[in-house]
Order: sequence, then structure tokens, then C-alpha cells
Amino acid sequence: MNFLKRAWLWFDDRTGLSVAIGPIARHAVPPNTATWFYVFGSATLFTFMLQVATGVTLAFIYVPSSSEAYQSLQFITTQTTFGRIVRGMHNWGASAMILLVGIHMIQVYLTAAYKFPREMNWISGVVLLALTIVMGFTGQVVRWDQTAVWSTIVAAEQAGRVPLMGGWIADFILGGDTVGGTTLSRMFAYHVFLIPALLFVFIGFHLYLVIKNGISEFPRAGDPVDPANYREKYEAMVKQKGIPFWPDAAWKDMVFGFIVICTILVIAIVIGPPELGPPPNPSDIHALPVPDWYFVFYFAFLALMPPEIETYLMVFGPLLVGLLLFCLPFISNRGERSPLRRPWAVAIVALTIASISGLWAIGITSPWSPDFDAKPLTVEIIGADSGPLWRGGMDFNDKGCLYCHTISGQGGQRGPDLTYIGDRLNANELTWRIMNGGLNMPGFGGTLSNRELSDLVEFLASRKKK
Amino acid sequence: MSEKTGTGDCTRRQFFMHVSIALGSIAAVLVGIPIVGSILAPIIKKPKPEWRVVGAVDSFKVGGGYVKVDYVNTSPLPWAGVTAQSAAWLRRESEDKFIAFSVNCAHLGCPVRWIEGAKLFMCPCHGGVYYEDGSVAAGPPPRGLYQYPVRVNNGKVELLASPIPITTV
Repeated sequence: MNFLKRAWLWFDDRTGLSVAIGPIARHAVPPNTATWFYVFGSATLFTFMLQVATGVTLAFIYVPSSSEAYQSLQFITTQTTFGRIVRGMHNWGASAMILLVGIHMIQVYLTAAYKFPREMNWISGVVLLALTIVMGFTGQVVRWDQTAVWSTIVAAEQAGRVPLMGGWIADFILGGDTVGGTTLSRMFAYHVFLIPALLFVFIGFHLYLVIKNGISEFPRAGDPVDPANYREKYEAMVKQKGIPFWPDAAWKDMVFGFIVICTILVIAIVIGPPELGPPPNPSDIHALPVPDWYFVFYFAFLALMPPEIETYLMVFGPLLVGLLLFCLPFISNRGERSPLRRPWAVAIVALTIASISGLWAIGITSPWSPDFDAKPLTVEIIGADSGPLWRGGMDFNDKGCLYCHTISGQGGQRGPDLTYIGDRLNANELTWRIMNGGLNMPGFGGTLSNRELSDLVEFLASRKKK
Repeated sequence: MSEKTGTGDCTRRQFFMHVSIALGSIAAVLVGIPIVGSILAPIIKKPKPEWRVVGAVDSFKVGGGYVKVDYVNTSPLPWAGVTAQSAAWLRRESEDKFIAFSVNCAHLGCPVRWIEGAKLFMCPCHGGVYYEDGSVAAGPPPRGLYQYPVRVNNGKVELLASPIPITTV
């Protein structure tokens, strides 16, 4: 005991660590920041630390080679000691980090903490958001299974829509003009070297700015920010009423961070890492590359935007959002901070959350995709086991109709439900629609025989409410 | 300290500053050229398309539907493993005429499936649909499926292995 204390005093004397760090840790912060509302930034930092620790651990075993990564992931998951849990923590830690970054950002926006003098706090945060999103994407790609390969191709195709430079950016993402031996090595380098290095730099900068400008006090309505006197007011308030960050405010960060980290651990143990898909074989076309949950809303966005303007939305949409976020503190860096006095800010957040949730809900069912696994209509649904009605029902199963249309609860959702189509269209109208298609339906005039067509029409015309 | 060096207004201190910054920048640019060049190389260096055998002519039925053929892509590195595989949809139109389409949807590159009963290509991602001649039947694709050159050589069907088609604007 005595020896340990003497050793610490010696170490501290020679390094000066407590003199250097102590005042920073104990710097005075506004008392109304020592609340549970202020725990999300630090929780994001804790999940980042977890990602670094689990990521480095995975790199001890993972093989970043296009041909062997898949096997090494199987090995990590099923054969190494604790490998399944470490992979699980890395996966769920990523989810938690994205979620916490989102909450942190919404909270900073709602309380207008980005206003003077914290413009650079916000901008460095926007950079960190972008880096975190790239980490999320590259992380899904280094989970080198079938979905990873096709996600890379989809990303390259999106980049291809950038005017003039599209082809170059696409090749840059693929590491050549096809997926292959070069692709994974590059994704691995982004995911474990380049982006993390940038994250360290910008997190350091972000934290430095928090110390430099002080933690933003919880806003009061009717107390607008005026760059002319904000700093004096803040310093006077902190001097008069401030409490030391460590430990008076920080203990709540520690409690919440503890809960977050333990939750991730429990989920990693109970649920484990996501199942690997089939091997990363680009010639295996039975693929539906749906991204992890936090990108599903964007996946839905890509499917739902009108094709005529999709190139603009795909390229300039994300650019515009990024630019708006980046410019936000220059658009308004003074005035009211309280959400009570900023109804537009509240409306924007509510609208954003609503649209993302809506896209999410649709993205999970993906009604715009043909359902290749749809169960064929049965004799009971068709209502006959021979004759034209039955043949028409079988044609409905075999000619692809079923992939997009539902009848009596079976089939895809891309096109209208045809359970009662007989009430809406007569035989002539049905024939015309099948032959010519229309809206988003292909015309089948060139592929159906006369008998198939008349069977189908008879079958569809019989779909009526009793 | 503001020692005059005798050559105009530049002080000794400013001179050291400029030299230091210049040296650092020059060194950064010099090593930056090979570094950035190496990282950007994939967008400059293009592998040549190559003919790949995808099967004997007799193994494809005249007038049959599309068959998925697998081949090795244009830049098969020794460590590419299964990722060097590519696929195309191939159909024998007549005795010596074949037609081949990329499996990549012209919308965002997802793999389209040939649905024999419907005589359509369907994409699982965003619902792109193509007729059997590769033209757009429905959904968001801005153009038809990409066609690959096919030839018959010594009784074998050969396909020109090409890059993943990227739809640009």
C-alpha cells in the first residue's frame, strides 16, 4: 500500500500527469449540464472505445483476403475462444454507436448547442458522423459474405451516377473494374487504418473543443446567444456556479456508459453476431443485398424515389444533406437556443424521424421487390382442380404473376392485390392489361399463348367477392 | 529578435520559417505522388477484356430459355478465390447465334434472375424487370440489360469477359 503510493508519487513527480490532466478533468461546468440529458456524447465515445478494442481483437484472427476472409470469419465465430462474443460486441457496438451518434446529434441540434462559439464543435461532429457512416458500410463489407459483395457492387453503381467522374469513383470503390482480389484488401485498409486514424484525429479535436469552449449550458427560453457577450456571460456563470466535471458531472456519464457497454455485452452473448450469408461468390445470383438495419431506410429510399430524378436524388441528395449539416452553424449562430422558442427545429427533427421511421418500416417488408419465394396458389384458392379456371390459376403461379400480385393472401406485393379483381375489371379489360402491361407491369402479349391468355382471364375474372 | 539579413525585409527568423515549411511540403508532395498514385491506380489501369469459354455449343438448346453461365472475370488474382467468378445469362437463339446479358441490373447492379415461365428478367432489389430481349419492362432501370459479346470458336461458346457494367450519366 505504502509502496504503491510512493511509486505513484514518484511516477507523477517525474511525468507531471496529475498536474497536466487534473485541472482539465476537474474544470468547472455549468451545473445544469450535470444531468442525464448530457450522457450521450460520452456514451458514443465509450462505444467507439469498445469498437477499437473488439476490432483490434478481430484483426488478430481475421484474414483480409478475398478468398479466405469468409472462412476466417466462420473460424472466428465457431471455433475460437470467445470469438463469437467479440464479433457480436463489434457488430452490436456498431449499431449502438450509430444510434448514439444520432441521439447526440439530435440533442445538440434541438438545444442549438452548435451556436456561437461552438460552430467548430458541430462541424467536427458532422465529419465524425460521416466517418462513422463509412465505418458502418465498410464494416458490413469486410463481413465478406454474399451480401457484402453485392452491397459493394450497389455502392459502386450509385457512385457511378456522379456526373463525369462516376466511372472512376465506381472503379475506386471496387478496386478495379470488377469485384475480386483487390476489393477486400482495400475495404479492409479503409475500415481498420484510414478511417479509424481520421476518427482518432477528429474525436481528439472534438473533445479539445468541448474543453476549449466549455460544455454548452442547458438553454433557457428568452436567453438568446449574442456573440458580443456570450463568452463573458458563460465564464462568469461557470465561475460563480460551476461544479467540477470530474466527478460531479462525469459520474452520470460513467453510469450510463456502463449500462450501454454491459447491454452490448449481454446482446452479444445472447443473440451473438449476425449469421454469415452464403460465400462471396459474384456468380451466385440468388442474392438480395439488404444492408444492416441502420441503412435499411436508405435502401428503401433508393427503391422508392421516382426513376426520372433518381440520379439527382442519389448523388445530390446525400451531398445536399451533408452540406446543410456542415453549414448549419453559419446559417444561424446566434439567438434563441431553447427548443421552446425554435418550433422549426422541433418540426425538422420530428419530420426527419418520421420519414426515416416510415422508410424503415417499408424497407423491412420491401413491397417493391418481386417475392420469389411466394407460395403457389392452391386448389382451394383457385376453386377448381381441372378445366380453364384451374389452368388459369396454374398459369398465374407459373408465369410470374404471383411474384408481384397477391391473391387470397398469397403472393408478392409489388403490384395490386388481385383477390377481387373480377369486381373491378371485366374480361376485355383484363385481356388488355395482361397483353400490354402498364404503369409498372410488363406486357405479356409476346409470351402468352391464346389459350394461356384466355385461361388467365377466366381465372382472374372469377376473383370476386361472394 | 529581428535581425536584418541584409537582403530586403526578410528576417532571419522568417527565412528559417519559410525554409522549414517549404522543406516539409516538398517532402510531403514527393512521397505523396507514389502513395496517391498507388491508391488511385485501379481507376487508371484497365485489364483487357478476354474471351472465356462458357461451354460446348451442343450443351445449349436452340430456342431454349436463358441459362446462367459462370466464367472467370478479367482480373483473376491468385488470392481472389471464389470472388473471381462472374456470371452472365446466355441463350442460344439459332444454330450459331447466341445472346448474352450481364446479370447486373442496369439500375444499381443487383443480380437479375431469369424467370422462365414469365419470360422475364426480374431484379430482387428494387423491382426492375426486363423482357427477354433485355429491354426494360418495368421498374426503375434507366436502360436495358447490358449485352456481352459472344462467339463460337471450335465448337465452344466464348463470352467476352468484361467489367461490371456501371450505369453512368
